[in-house]
Amino acid sequence: MCDQTFLAITFGPCDSCSENRPLMNLYIKTEPINYCSLCMEIMACQGLASGETLKSLKAESETLRKKLEEERKKLHDVELEKVAEKAEALGELNMKTRRTLKGHGNKVLCMDWCKDKRRIVSSSQDGKVIVWDAFTTNKEHAVTMPTTWVMACAYAPSGCAIACGGLDNKCSVYPLSLDKDENLAAKKKSVAMHTNYLSGCTFTNSDMQILTSSGDGTSALWDVESGQLLQSFHGHSADVLTLDLAPSETGNTFVSGGSDKKANVWDLRSGQNVQSFDTHDSDINCVKYYPSGDAFASASDDSTCRLFDLRADREVSIYSKDSIMFGAASVDFSLSGRLLFAGYNDYTINVWDVLKGTRVAILFGHENRVSSLRVSPDGTAFCSGSWDNTLRIWA
Amino acid sequence: MTIRTLRDYGQHYRPRMACLKNVEVFVVEMQDPKSGVKGADQKLNVTIIPHVINGQDILAWIVTKMKVTTEEAQAFGTMLVAYGYIYPLQNHRKLVLVPDSTLYRFQTPYFWPVQKWPAEDIDYAIYLARRNIRKKGMLEPYEQQHYDNLHKWMNPKWDFIVMQATEQYKANKERKKPDRVVLDCQERAYWIVHRPPRRTHSAMDYGLDRLIDPNAEEVLTFDVVRRTNIFLTQALMRSAVKSSMSLTAFVKFVTTHHNHDPFLTTPVPSNPWITDSDEFWQLNSRSVDIPTKLSVERWVLSFWELISDPRGRVDFKLFLKKEHSAENMAFYEAAEEMRWGAASAIPEKSQFIFNTFLKPGAPRWINIDGRTMGLTVKGLVVPHRYVLDAAQTHIFLLMKKDTFYRYLKSPVHKDMQKRALVPAPHVFTDAQLEANVRNRNPGVSPILQWQQEEEEKAAAAVAARPIDVKAMVATNKLDRK
Repeated sequence: MCDQTFLAITFGPCDSCSENRPLMNLYIKTEPINYCSLCMEIMACQGLASGETLKSLKAESETLRKKLEEERKKLHDVELEKVAEKAEALGELNMKTRRTLKGHGNKVLCMDWCKDKRRIVSSSQDGKVIVWDAFTTNKEHAVTMPTTWVMACAYAPSGCAIACGGLDNKCSVYPLSLDKDENLAAKKKSVAMHTNYLSGCTFTNSDMQILTSSGDGTSALWDVESGQLLQSFHGHSADVLTLDLAPSETGNTFVSGGSDKKANVWDLRSGQNVQSFDTHDSDINCVKYYPSGDAFASASDDSTCRLFDLRADREVSIYSKDSIMFGAASVDFSLSGRLLFAGYNDYTINVWDVLKGTRVAILFGHENRVSSLRVSPDGTAFCSGSWDNTLRIWA
Repeated sequence: MTIRTLRDYGQHYRPRMACLKNVEVFVVEMQDPKSGVKGADQKLNVTIIPHVINGQDILAWIVTKMKVTTEEAQAFGTMLVAYGYIYPLQNHRKLVLVPDSTLYRFQTPYFWPVQKWPAEDIDYAIYLARRNIRKKGMLEPYEQQHYDNLHKWMNPKWDFIVMQATEQYKANKERKKPDRVVLDCQERAYWIVHRPPRRTHSAMDYGLDRLIDPNAEEVLTFDVVRRTNIFLTQALMRSAVKSSMSLTAFVKFVTTHHNHDPFLTTPVPSNPWITDSDEFWQLNSRSVDIPTKLSVERWVLSFWELISDPRGRVDFKLFLKKEHSAENMAFYEAAEEMRWGAASAIPEKSQFIFNTFLKPGAPRWINIDGRTMGLTVKGLVVPHRYVLDAAQTHIFLLMKKDTFYRYLKSPVHKDMQKRALVPAPHVFTDAQLEANVRNRNPGVSPILQWQQEEEEKAAAAVAARPIDVKAMVATNKLDRK
């Protein structure tokens, strides 16, 4: 993957408008062209040429899709179960709640870990965002947002700031301070501006850039200091509910999942949609990359979690059971990628064996939906936030 | 009229209850007279109520049908009660499945969640009014509150509501007693689910509505189809890999990382969350002198693992210093900083990087091929965020394919492998565990750590700057007299 991005030209003069811009690698028939995103849009919205009708375009779509399926089928030579036979069986897993963090007055909607492996930021429906030291269960900072339903929150990589947003359509960054009595709301910085609710946000590899996803169907990359929009990503036909940044060496892509049942992979630099997966039957509530960066898992309202292989460009595994009928709200991988933790709307957490496709454990404890679930940065525990106003740390 | 700020923030209504289709199929099977849960007639007060089932039977049936454990069946059963498919007869406010002789009944399909949804306020008003008439003003406190609220804001329709209520009340009186009791129970159960009493949560609460109504057909105009075609053409030209190759890579990744995953292999000395001792974090921190054996093993797995671990990066930089090729790593870090940094800092950083690494005769000149150098220098005329991408990838690949392997064979690394610690696993007695809980280490605030790291970086940058001989002569520092 590293080699592929080396060869592709990502910035330079656009073939059509000659402006220096981030370029998308597109093809007309089989000829490679490098267009900027604006020229691509203009090309798409051109009036129908002579002999072209909506019907002929749709027919072209169908042939292309069939061709793509054929190509992918040729490469599909083995199933994951077969390859996973080599992997040794898992031992008994004994996970329990080790900490319960109580303090939110309303549903906990989102949470994120700090890189120091023990601090957590969590946000809730009543607008409160709390930073905890989960190890000692102390609350370190608390902010009251001027909006309810804070659906997205993120901890900065340096540990010095948090970002959050929700129904106010904005993503705001609050720098944290050592002074306990300081009013964090005074130093708030509004970074992202969307036209509808903010569903997800994450910092990239530094405190200076934020990637956000919104109910208006777009995702965007912002510069924190100036609040400038660096790149926007269009392609979903409904609300974008979740996003995750790739952990790979070059870190140039991210995946987003939406209400249109699709999971799209995007190039951060040019805004191009490079891959798309639409095998789910309902809204995709959460997407997470596999630790190696070559695959990702998704959780959906159709009560299944699925694993998608990015290099082979297809879905490789479905994690579902007849006894699980309620939607999955959140997923995350363990450090080695062997276990997949998923939180569901029937108040339970199921742990799946990624390779063999079986469920290895079911965890009870929450008294309402599990809305968000994340594994700590060093993999020693995972935290689940729920609509019963608490967060639990399991290990 | 007060403007109600409910969930509808100009958003289209959407039932997010796709899951209930399967649940309904399940409930229908449960009610099957032959293979479903066995019901009986039950005497309640003076009336006999038909088709009453008890909690234990329900649980046993779910366990056999779904082949799950009792705990899981109980959780699922509680879901059924919470959504209103089964309702309890006696303690009608507590919507849980109690696996003993507590009595339940199946809710009639008329009152199933998806059928009559959303529960309209006007229906609730009529229900409350009728109840008011029957109970002669003795409503429950939460019902009384709702009633007063509805009376206030539905005032114009109130005559109609009272009229409906009285009609229904009269019609009810005509019915036979057992039917009346059953209908009353069903309706009451329905309203408990859709208008729960204070401080209890309702299963009907599903969060926010989506902006776009997914039940609406997507209008395919020609530009939408064109965009799909553009996407499909580039997808076809993108090379994909054989499944066997990529899937074997997953298995390999899992196997190599098995020992590093705290959920699969107990971490040494102990998992901080379980024993409340944070020694594990202290031993693996960035500033520790001697790293643990497990960390060192992880660095060997790949170049990326080595530089992702802060302690590993320190070791690698030490090796590079000995080899006098530290400029590669420094360039990589500087390029990363520019790529992920603030937009306003780009011109300044690109200037610094050019002067330090790229210009001919630069103090820390990096060795890249002519074509890449040409491209980069040309791009630096109008610097942008990704101008160093080509050079950065070249240097990264160089380090990954060459320097990394030399590092693994070097005495720096071999020495570290020998000296690496294997901490003994903790064995705490119960008393010690309790002491640990009381003395949990608050640790260092990440803000302080960040400030420390920034200071160290600044000091290192000063030290790495080449000594300016002319300036030293000018200040007479070299003067030996």
